[in-house]
Amino acid sequence: MDSPRTAVSNPPTQPMASNLGPGDLIRRSATAELPPPTRKLTEVAKLIDVSKCIGCKACQSACVEWNDTHPAVGENVGAYENPHDLTENMFTLMRFTEWVNPETDSLEWLIRKDGCMHCADPGCLKACPAPGAIVQYSNGIVDFIHENCIGCGYCVKGCPFNIPRISKADHRSYKCTLCSDRVAVGQGPACAKACPTGAIVFGTKADMIKHAEGRITDLKSRGYANAGLYDPPGVGGTHVMYVLHHNDKPHIYANLPDDPKISPLVQGWKGVTKYVGIAAMSMMAVGSVIHGVFARPNRVAAEDEENAEKLVEGKPVPPPNHATTSEGR
Amino acid sequence: MVEKIQPGDAIHPGKPVTVDRYGPAARANHWITALSLILLGISGLALFTPSLYFLTGLFGSGQNTRAVHPWIGVVLFLSFFVFFFQLWRANLPERVDIVWLSKIRDLLSGHEENLPELGKYNAGQKFIFWGMTALILVLIASGVVIWEQYFAEYFSIPARRVAVLAHSVAAVLIICIFILHVYAAIWTRGTLQAMTRGTVTGGWAWRHHRKWLRELAGQRKTGPAE
Ligand code: SF4
Ligand code: SF4
Ligand code: SF4
Repeated sequence: MDSPRTAVSNPPTQPMASNLGPGDLIRRSATAELPPPTRKLTEVAKLIDVSKCIGCKACQSACVEWNDTHPAVGENVGAYENPHDLTENMFTLMRFTEWVNPETDSLEWLIRKDGCMHCADPGCLKACPAPGAIVQYSNGIVDFIHENCIGCGYCVKGCPFNIPRISKADHRSYKCTLCSDRVAVGQGPACAKACPTGAIVFGTKADMIKHAEGRITDLKSRGYANAGLYDPPGVGGTHVMYVLHHNDKPHIYANLPDDPKISPLVQGWKGVTKYVGIAAMSMMAVGSVIHGVFARPNRVAAEDEENAEKLVEGKPVPPPNHATTSEGR
Repeated sequence: MVEKIQPGDAIHPGKPVTVDRYGPAARANHWITALSLILLGISGLALFTPSLYFLTGLFGSGQNTRAVHPWIGVVLFLSFFVFFFQLWRANLPERVDIVWLSKIRDLLSGHEENLPELGKYNAGQKFIFWGMTALILVLIASGVVIWEQYFAEYFSIPARRVAVLAHSVAAVLIICIFILHVYAAIWTRGTLQAMTRGTVTGGWAWRHHRKWLRELAGQRKTGPAE
């Protein structure tokens, strides 16, 4: 069985075995020698058409329902976002922006479904120090394996999209799973299935790109000259993509990064710092041992003890060497 | 200006002469600091490179390692800074340190007699002291910024990235200085007892810190014979 092609089909009534196993891993956090995957699954993607979204939050409800999370009862602070940010109990969040288009002087209400982008080059996984706490399957899904997570928050620093959230209750990191547990049994994500307008569609990445092309052509014909697909190359492309009416300025959609990349600070931390650091510490340790074995130790001579005794007894001792002794600070 | 003699330093005549170098409080602080630094090194390295992740087993689990590391850091910070105020005056740099450093080859080749006479600390010890001081400040400050449980949420993610990089670079440097410190204490025989018994022999002081010994003798800070 390969990856599911759609989110609309209904599951069979018989129980099914999971189709995502250890043989499907293409990356595993803090693991240098991962055995090569036993097969290559077709890459999947979720496509979110921002122009079709009505902000009903059915996807948020479906996500909470499917993942059995328990977000706290919210509080109205005068904004549509509910809750006000992603949390360990809310893996996806509709973000609302009121934007005045300077060309038309009309108000546009931009609603973006925020959540993990399932990057092809995931910064979270790169940063994670715990073996197997973050994995990437050959179908493109980046998943957090909570029993291996140590709650250090490195993934938060690695992610270019500000997605992972660490639970204060169990000290583990949470984010959208792309419903890996549904995909593993041939189903599409719960949010895609729940969307009443078809703004969220799911299928193979190739199909989703094709679907997006149709949408972009339609948007262009309606005057959105800069409509386009958000599949940022800086992170190798993503397995959650957006159709944006203003793809020339993603940042207007509640600070969606224009050109997301793993931060050079994270690259430096996980790259050169690690290799140079380990080399430096090893050289110090090995150098000390070699010096200790081969060099003569600096021992106090019997003469030194005699001089000290004479000094204490007030007998004459060699005078201070004024040529080399400083007389003051 | 004559180097101020540190309270507690005193000479006891005898064969050999013994010299008090560190009192019980300084030694206790030193060993608390040392133990914390070692535990921090182990737990930190475990999270620094996957090849050492197995070291988390010493703390029970990765979760425990993540949880205790910052607390050990707080212990280190407090004990080191008590220690700092006991030692900083004697570690102020002097002109003689430059002369001493310029002749470091003589020291390594066993011609310590060619080096200037020194007070309680030589330039190498001062470097270790100030290096540790600066790095511990960097480590505690950056460590707070990335302390996920209590403080990380008060800092922006870009700030946390800077902090985690600074923390790891500072940690690498302090581990290198730590190795240097331990090795120098072993290579210079007779040094370890300063931190175990608190005393060194007169010969040790004559050889390595003659100015300090002369000052102690000159001020007749001579304790009762043993
Ligand atoms: S919090 Fe968990 S998933 Fe995130 S980097 Fe740390 S161990 Fe990995
Ligand atoms: S969006 Fe963030 S959390 Fe999701 S895969 Fe990319 S780096 Fe990881
Ligand atoms: S894919 Fe699943 S986990 Fe992710 S937002 Fe949709 S419902 Fe939630």
